[in-house]
Amino acid sequence: MKQPSHPRPSPVDSKVVGATAETNRPPRPWRPPWWMAVGVALGLVVLALVSREGGGVNLLNALVRFANFVVIPGISYGSQLALGALGVTLIYAVMRFSDFAHGDTMAFGAMGVILTTRVLQGMGISAGPLPTALLALPFGILGAITLALVFDRAVYRFYRRQRAAPVTFVIASIGALFVTNGLVRLIIGPGDQRFADGVRFIFRVQEFKEMTGLSEGLALRTTQVITLAVAVIVVLGLFLFLNRTSLGKAMRAYADNEDLALLSGINPERVALWTWIIAATLATIAGTLYGLDKSFKPFTYFQLLLPIFASAIVGGIGKPLGAIAGGFVVAFSEIAFTYPYRKILGYLGFETDSLVQLLSTDYKFAVSFIILVVVLIWRPRGIFQGRLV
Amino acid sequence: MTVNAGTGMGKPFWLALAMAMALVAVGVLQSWNVALAILNLQLISAVMALGVNIQWGYGGLFNFGIMGFTALGGLAAVLVAMPPVPEAWAAGGGGMALAAVTMAGTAAAVWALHRLIKVKALRGPAVALVFVAGLALTRWFYGPSVAAIEAVDSSVTGFLGGLGLPIILSWLAGGVLAAAVAWVIGRITLGLQSDYLAIATLGISAALVAVLRNEDWLARGVKNVTTLPRPVPYEQDLHGQAWFIDLAGRVGMEPSLLSGIVVKALYALLFGVVLLVLFWLSHRALHSPWGRMMRAIRDNRDAAEAMGKDVTRRHLQVFVLGSAVVGIAGAMLVTLNGQFTPASYAPFRYTFLIWVMVIVGGSGNNGGAVLGGFLVWFLWVQAEVGGPWLITALTSGLQEDSPLRQHLLNVAPHTRQLLMGLILLVVLRLSPRGLLPEQSSKHSPGPQQIGTEPS
Amino acid sequence: MPDPFLIGETITCGYGDTTILHGCTISVEKGEIAVIVGPNGAGKSTAMKAVFGLLTLRGGSVRLGGRDISTLTPPDRVAAGMGFVPQTNNVFPSLTVRENLEMGAYLRPHDIEARIEQLAGLFPILQERSRQPAGELSGGQRQQVAVARAMMTQPKVLMLDEPTAGVSPILVQELFARIQEIAAAGIAVLIVEQNARQALSLADKGFVLVQGKNRFTGTGQDLLNDPDVRQSFLGG
Repeated sequence: MKQPSHPRPSPVDSKVVGATAETNRPPRPWRPPWWMAVGVALGLVVLALVSREGGGVNLLNALVRFANFVVIPGISYGSQLALGALGVTLIYAVMRFSDFAHGDTMAFGAMGVILTTRVLQGMGISAGPLPTALLALPFGILGAITLALVFDRAVYRFYRRQRAAPVTFVIASIGALFVTNGLVRLIIGPGDQRFADGVRFIFRVQEFKEMTGLSEGLALRTTQVITLAVAVIVVLGLFLFLNRTSLGKAMRAYADNEDLALLSGINPERVALWTWIIAATLATIAGTLYGLDKSFKPFTYFQLLLPIFASAIVGGIGKPLGAIAGGFVVAFSEIAFTYPYRKILGYLGFETDSLVQLLSTDYKFAVSFIILVVVLIWRPRGIFQGRLV
Repeated sequence: MTVNAGTGMGKPFWLALAMAMALVAVGVLQSWNVALAILNLQLISAVMALGVNIQWGYGGLFNFGIMGFTALGGLAAVLVAMPPVPEAWAAGGGGMALAAVTMAGTAAAVWALHRLIKVKALRGPAVALVFVAGLALTRWFYGPSVAAIEAVDSSVTGFLGGLGLPIILSWLAGGVLAAAVAWVIGRITLGLQSDYLAIATLGISAALVAVLRNEDWLARGVKNVTTLPRPVPYEQDLHGQAWFIDLAGRVGMEPSLLSGIVVKALYALLFGVVLLVLFWLSHRALHSPWGRMMRAIRDNRDAAEAMGKDVTRRHLQVFVLGSAVVGIAGAMLVTLNGQFTPASYAPFRYTFLIWVMVIVGGSGNNGGAVLGGFLVWFLWVQAEVGGPWLITALTSGLQEDSPLRQHLLNVAPHTRQLLMGLILLVVLRLSPRGLLPEQSSKHSPGPQQIGTEPS
Repeated sequence: MPDPFLIGETITCGYGDTTILHGCTISVEKGEIAVIVGPNGAGKSTAMKAVFGLLTLRGGSVRLGGRDISTLTPPDRVAAGMGFVPQTNNVFPSLTVRENLEMGAYLRPHDIEARIEQLAGLFPILQERSRQPAGELSGGQRQQVAVARAMMTQPKVLMLDEPTAGVSPILVQELFARIQEIAAAGIAVLIVEQNARQALSLADKGFVLVQGKNRFTGTGQDLLNDPDVRQSFLGG
């Protein structure tokens, strides 16, 4: 044996493989119960009836307001969470631990993008109507990949070779969390950074009102459209990679059954290397999109870790499709539970003094934990039947 | 003492001595006030680390919700020691009580429906309907009462106040409150395995802190409670008295300086007593049949389960006990600060840093956890001072107003995050069982189980 | 006497403090089926794991085609021409049948189509269910995919650890027939089997292990006819 100090474990009885025995059962995809569709349809009919006094205009106003304050922000926040959760879920699938440093990897990548953006702006280079940050993205990605690979070589590889328990990896990722957080604060400082430039709006509330004559307006920010477009491209690219390329299939195979992958000649180091590269890329993109959409602050990225974990787990950890679904579930719940519906109800004929808000906005982040706990208790493997720890 | 048994006789002693020397050095070089301030927080940190060690070292439970239990301890300090606000009780007490009743009623109804309705398709909508209705009803009582309570002299009170008892009682109350909440959280989450438990508890603790931050009627939220009474005399009371001035003269120190030291020393005495008592209790527990059973469960859960041990129940016990210890520390911390500031509870400082203490010190070994608390807190505080000092030295070649130097000096205190991360990674790599490893057992908890079991 | 094609000679090994095999010898020639049988705990699976390099040898050696491979890791042994089908978890459950085969060919990705077609002649399921995740197949079907995956590595030796475990009795015959076809193509086949009587009836060579030692060795037919073997292991 080449490594007599660490005898190769048997592929038959190893504990890691034992965990995958669970997935041998055919996975059942989640289908929304029929009563949901019926309920939504009934709801719409009732709404149409009560709003008939003001004609269709009021219903339209209600819908526009809902779109402006819930749907559009939900889609862009959901895309950002989905990209973050994809990284977490990939790392989990291949390396079998929850990477607590992922939020800060996002901050580190976004920081690289911000610094490069500043340099590009200084050189007078811009992307026209689009944010300069899009040009700077590759540099930020390179920075994040470098950081991830340094951690892998210096920290995780050692434990991978020892086949250490997942908790060891989690504790090591706490170390990585501290180091990354410290680096970000040292390099760019703990303060707020705004780096969105280019055209801010595709159309504004005022323009929309004039165009449609409705009393409610709809605004669409450039960053929201970019977020969605980039997210769609990245997700398509990722799925093509995982399902069409030999390396992508090898990664899935390794995630499925590590020992059998070794017996098939798949090199675990290569799989780990590419997992980090992809996860760091996703993290940088997610971090940059979030920073463009809101603003960049190191602490916010640490806070994002929890909704991201919630997304990954709600969807079924280890399942890329689940991460995307989970991202949108968490994002929409956060917004929908904390949005005051008074004005929308007003358009529909229910005048009320109360804000009609299920939870105060302060509890926005808490919503994702509540979803997380509810899912963990009632459907611990998530929507897409992810792996059990 | 098993802590000092075997080969470890020398090591704990030398490490403890080195720690004491470092404190003395701070006392001599910086000031005794600083040294005592560090010591007080070291004592509190050690208690927290002890609590985490009970859960992780004895039971192998991955609790990342330390921050939440610390904050609950702090809440207990407010609820025990602040005087009640009768006007607030008159304005909104009844409404709050009704809200509590409807909330409990909703929870009970949801639970009952979940049990009673057998048809799956009906259960979801029915539960959702009852839940939303219950929430609306609760808010109906809750909203106006909150507004009424918070309107009562909102710049000073605006909350229900506490019981007006001596604050030292709150240390016990903090433990009890944390234990009660831990029981509920444990019932919900302890079925989860390692990573999931960590994430769930991290989330729940963040939610708990969000509640404390936003529910002004309870403990004034982000408006903070700053007038907590003390268990020790105030400095100005001390140095106004003749005997104290006399004493200061004999020691050869300014009375104002000496009073600060005396007050801090009194705190240190109180915290030290608590630490010793808790240390003794957890030491007894670890070496009792109960402790051996806990470690057996941690090392081989399946075997323990097969032998008929009720693992979930034992885990709940250890989770509640550990959280209670953390709650006590949380109450002590707020007592020391004299104020309750919900916004200051951040997972970095109150969850992950405590974990670094336990891992660096040595999980499964109470002495190790205490040492980790002392050592890591010392480094954490001194790095905040040392970082800028180091940067000043390193950049002394640069111009005084060079932007790089200015930036580095601004961010220098953050080197401590970096330092903590590096310490954790280095200890985990070179001495994975911590500076003072667990000794009484051949086996060790999770992170040390390296390699695979033979099949 | 020339070396057998694959031989594990006087192997001693075990787990931790316990030694399970005591100088046990297993060998197989090209085109031959060798079967390891014996009572529970005799070290059958351990012998196979030792030959495949999943356990460190404490004594003895493993040679393939005359070359000492005792120090190679299992992936290196796969590259050297050994195919291994573990008893459980022997497919990639979320990958399709086709992708499972592609993974088998990961090291030698040329002529995948031709090889899959060839194997599909042996196991029609490979073509019929090619786009279905392997985790959704029945036990017998999964076993076929597992054998086919190992065959995709183009091994000179195919090693099967209890291939009939969890396979319905009707399919066991079928599976053994396919294994005989594989051996007929000139591949050395080494099987660990619980189902001793059936396995010995098709074996060219049989090894009966008892307490980690060779107790009887001979052709499958000889062993089946040996009164001692019948008495002690085949239930009369």
